[in-house]
Amino acid sequence: MSPRRATSGGRIDRLRTIRFTFDGKAFTGHAGDTLASALLANGVTLFGRSFKYHRPRGVLTAGIDEPNALVTVLRGDAREPNVPATTVEIYDGLVAESQNRFPSLKWDVSAVNQLAGKLISAGFYYKTFMGPAIGPLKGTRFWMLCEHFIRRAAGLGRAGRAADPSRYERMNAFCDVLVVGSGPAGLMAAATAADKGARVIVAELDARLGGSANWSGEAIDGMPAAEWAAGLAEGLKSHPNIRVLPRTTVWGFYDGNTLAALERVTDHKEHPGKGEPRHRHWVIRTKKVVLATGAMERPLIFPGNDRPGVMLANAARRYANEFGVLAGSKVALFTNNDSAYHAAVALQKAGTSIAAIIDVRPNVSDAMRNLASDTGAQIHTGHAVVATEGSTALTGIKIQRFDSTNGVLSGESRTIQADCLLMSGGWSPTIHLASQAGAKARWDNELQAFLPPEPTQSWIGAGAFNGSFSTTEAIAEGHVAGLAAAGGKAAANDDLPVADAVAGDPAPAAVFEIRADGKGFVDFQHDVTAEDVRLAHREGFVSVEHLKRYTTLGMATDQGKISNIPGLAIMAAALGKPIPEVGTTRFRPPFAPVSVGSLAAERYGDIRPERLTPMHDWHVEHGATMYAAGLWHRPMIYGHAGETIEQAYVREARTTRETAGIVDVSTLGKIAVQGPDAAEFLDRVYTNMFSTLAVGKARYGLMLREDGIAMDDGTTWRLGKNDFLMTTTTANAGKVMQHLEYFLDMIWPDLKVTLTSVTDQWAGAAIGGPQARAILASCVKGTPVDNTALPFMGIVHGKIADVPVMVCRLSFSGEMAFEVYCGADYGTHVWQALIDAGKPFGLVPYGLEALGTMRIEKGHVTGAEIDGRTTARDLHLDWMLSTRKPFIGSAMMDRNGLASPDRLQLVGLLSLDNRPFNGGAHIEEELDEQNPHGSIGHITAACYSPALGRYIALALVNGGKARHGSRAFVSDPLRKRFGPVQIVSHHFYDPEGSRMHG
Amino acid sequence: MLITCPYCGPRDVSEFTYQGDGNRERPAPASQNLDAWNEYVYDRLNPAGDHNEVWQHSGGCRSHLKVVRNTLTHEISSVVFARGHVPHRSPTKRGSKA
Repeated sequence: MSPRRATSGGRIDRLRTIRFTFDGKAFTGHAGDTLASALLANGVTLFGRSFKYHRPRGVLTAGIDEPNALVTVLRGDAREPNVPATTVEIYDGLVAESQNRFPSLKWDVSAVNQLAGKLISAGFYYKTFMGPAIGPLKGTRFWMLCEHFIRRAAGLGRAGRAADPSRYERMNAFCDVLVVGSGPAGLMAAATAADKGARVIVAELDARLGGSANWSGEAIDGMPAAEWAAGLAEGLKSHPNIRVLPRTTVWGFYDGNTLAALERVTDHKEHPGKGEPRHRHWVIRTKKVVLATGAMERPLIFPGNDRPGVMLANAARRYANEFGVLAGSKVALFTNNDSAYHAAVALQKAGTSIAAIIDVRPNVSDAMRNLASDTGAQIHTGHAVVATEGSTALTGIKIQRFDSTNGVLSGESRTIQADCLLMSGGWSPTIHLASQAGAKARWDNELQAFLPPEPTQSWIGAGAFNGSFSTTEAIAEGHVAGLAAAGGKAAANDDLPVADAVAGDPAPAAVFEIRADGKGFVDFQHDVTAEDVRLAHREGFVSVEHLKRYTTLGMATDQGKISNIPGLAIMAAALGKPIPEVGTTRFRPPFAPVSVGSLAAERYGDIRPERLTPMHDWHVEHGATMYAAGLWHRPMIYGHAGETIEQAYVREARTTRETAGIVDVSTLGKIAVQGPDAAEFLDRVYTNMFSTLAVGKARYGLMLREDGIAMDDGTTWRLGKNDFLMTTTTANAGKVMQHLEYFLDMIWPDLKVTLTSVTDQWAGAAIGGPQARAILASCVKGTPVDNTALPFMGIVHGKIADVPVMVCRLSFSGEMAFEVYCGADYGTHVWQALIDAGKPFGLVPYGLEALGTMRIEKGHVTGAEIDGRTTARDLHLDWMLSTRKPFIGSAMMDRNGLASPDRLQLVGLLSLDNRPFNGGAHIEEELDEQNPHGSIGHITAACYSPALGRYIALALVNGGKARHGSRAFVSDPLRKRFGPVQIVSHHFYDPEGSRMHG
Repeated sequence: MLITCPYCGPRDVSEFTYQGDGNRERPAPASQNLDAWNEYVYDRLNPAGDHNEVWQHSGGCRSHLKVVRNTLTHEISSVVFARGHVPHRSPTKRGSKA
């Protein structure tokens, strides 16, 4: 017979029936069941197929450490693969599927892999699919073809393709004490700390608080442990100082006592409540952490230990006591420690017959012998299980005499009939969070386990986490930890609850593996056998880190929760070293898988903030096609009906050069540089002089980085003796601000200068073209704008439409041009006034494309050329490098490599085949479309130039200046654009500047 | 990680921008000693243990801060305003290179 529901018992609600499906078949369970317990109650033994060999697998554990029983949970179109069935709470309408089987779980064709098992050993993929180095299959294509099939055959669940419809949430929390785990130790710690006045958060990964109290079958303070725990848990929930988070896995322990946790809010609900997120990501900052995370039982490694029907002993105890489910009807136990005897008692009480207890130890205490004989089990001390029988369910086991001191088997094997084998290989404290928080774990030879390290952060351990495996110890340690976390001290006369249980010896025999014929699995999820570990050792992998990567031991979704220690023990035996000398790998977050959705929380989709200029709405209303430039949205073109982008920008640029154009320049970075030392500061920051600049004038400035590379350019206006307005390129506004702040704070703290970002305070419009001055003259009040009052680089203050404005005569387009600035709130008002004033003159608004076109024609540089690799000389800006003062970058800019004539230098390109260029295309001396080679540079910006009537580009070309007048080729294999070009000066248009000087 | 800004109080590290090794000393502005410049611009200490670092509270008061942080434990033992403080000098600084 197979597993079944006991007639009574368990913490489930037998009055409530839940309907769900597994692999399309309808099942029922009870409220409080996990998917695993409900399926077991229905007699299901086969839960999945293994990763590599496609071996049938059952359920091994009852909790988050489950390696075998992984399922995919479906909700609508959303698939959640690789979820342990032991952690899925059933609800009406739950749909789950098994994984890694084809066509069905029972008849899986890839199970033939088992026959080839000798071939598919550790490192099989590394060794076999290196990809041929020579021959017709050279390269990676053959490997990629193979990989397609391998990936389908090996592996876990399939991710869904549908978008996840769930909502996720992120929450920050602060507390005095975070208690992780709600077993007897955690409950006690929380209650004690809260009573002392601490603000407490209790996180429990299960739905039910109580931990081991729910399934130990012990009595605490004279009542069943589960009832004692439930009473205490109720008290916590109503305690004003305590926040209880059930279904919450604390998965990361970060610096500064910051812990990350995942709360599964609605995974157990058929219909999530209104507004409830699926998961909630908690970031908890706490003064103290109490780690009461318990311990995990280890398997024993012997041939056939992965057969469905083989389970951890205390998992079966939990199924019996917490879920009222019997793992088998005739059960054998195989153990190296006392805890299996308590499991036998629990199962026998719940209605199972215990066939035998096989103990590797030669002697067992009288207390344990009494427990065993109470269950009616036969004890086989000094014996070991050497084989299991059955296919998709266990039918029997073979045992043999075993010497636990040397691992030698002797005598004839005997068969014992059983439909369930429960194993216990000792316990490993769940020290993952403590390990994340710092120091190395300590090996305890007595307990054969790694115990928590010395705290490097502010945490206190309690209970089984500390290796204190009895409930009475857990209660006492929880109490002490709670007091200490709240800043108190325990008194000797504290009256604490005591558990009534037959005391066992917590120390197991140092036996991890029974070496007999057949596959004994260490890592069940990744199909790593004991022999694989020894093979890795023979092949020279001696470090535990290498062993892990080569065999993939402990690298599956369960992260080796139950497999790490046995794997380490086998490796240590192969090396002939004690376990602590081999060491263990440091645990890293997350402790258990975390949904990516919860980490993103509300931050998904396009979450960039939008920066809009004051005139944004005007642009949109007037037909602008907007373009995202960093965070800013800027007009690209103001297209007319039927115009292409090129036609639109050519019209805008041509009109600007013929009459006048206006462009929104509010996005330029603007920094107010003020103070008695402002001029001195700018002299140090810019390559050219600013202390000589007269009030009411502006100057073009260039900044270098410390290493002598060009950083940013822009104009700076002297508004007063100690008052400058610096402009930066749109993209570099933040970077320049930070650069200036750094120098003021770190290098020149003696300078009396303040910096204020005023980018958003000013709206700006640049109006340029032959009619620009006339347009301004017609609308600016309070100041003349003629050549005397407003010479090139002059600044005047006046009013437009009653709004104060500041006008500076400077030009980016190469035309007679003016930048008009006003308070941001009046941006549209002034802009509209300028548009109205310009109407009789034929003024057009123009966008980024026309702006770019005119700057290319003029050979002005922007971020495409000031790309973090070019120097002032490369960009022909060496005339700006003052020799009269040091400035940032002046010492480093003259290094040989930066002064070399072979460097990429700014040039102009003319298209000789009348076809457009693309930015990023290479320039080559020879044209070779089949095998492009010998790049001498690349195009940084390209356009159709209405002024020249041809396609032009700016480019950075090796030794570019010496190539003026020579020919080369554009080579753009990605876009299939090849053709001849002429290299010319970057000053395509009006090189003397006569138009802007007027 | 929390950094206690002397102006704003303890704040999450995400509000700060790392501004590099705080042990560097900028040569005099007019210095033509390229070795010194090279050391300042390119060389960084990377100690296992306490490290003098510069952080800017870019998402707060924007002050630059001198922070002593243990690179092994992330423990921060000192935070002061950079302005007005002479740069920290680490005993292991450059001496071994000379």
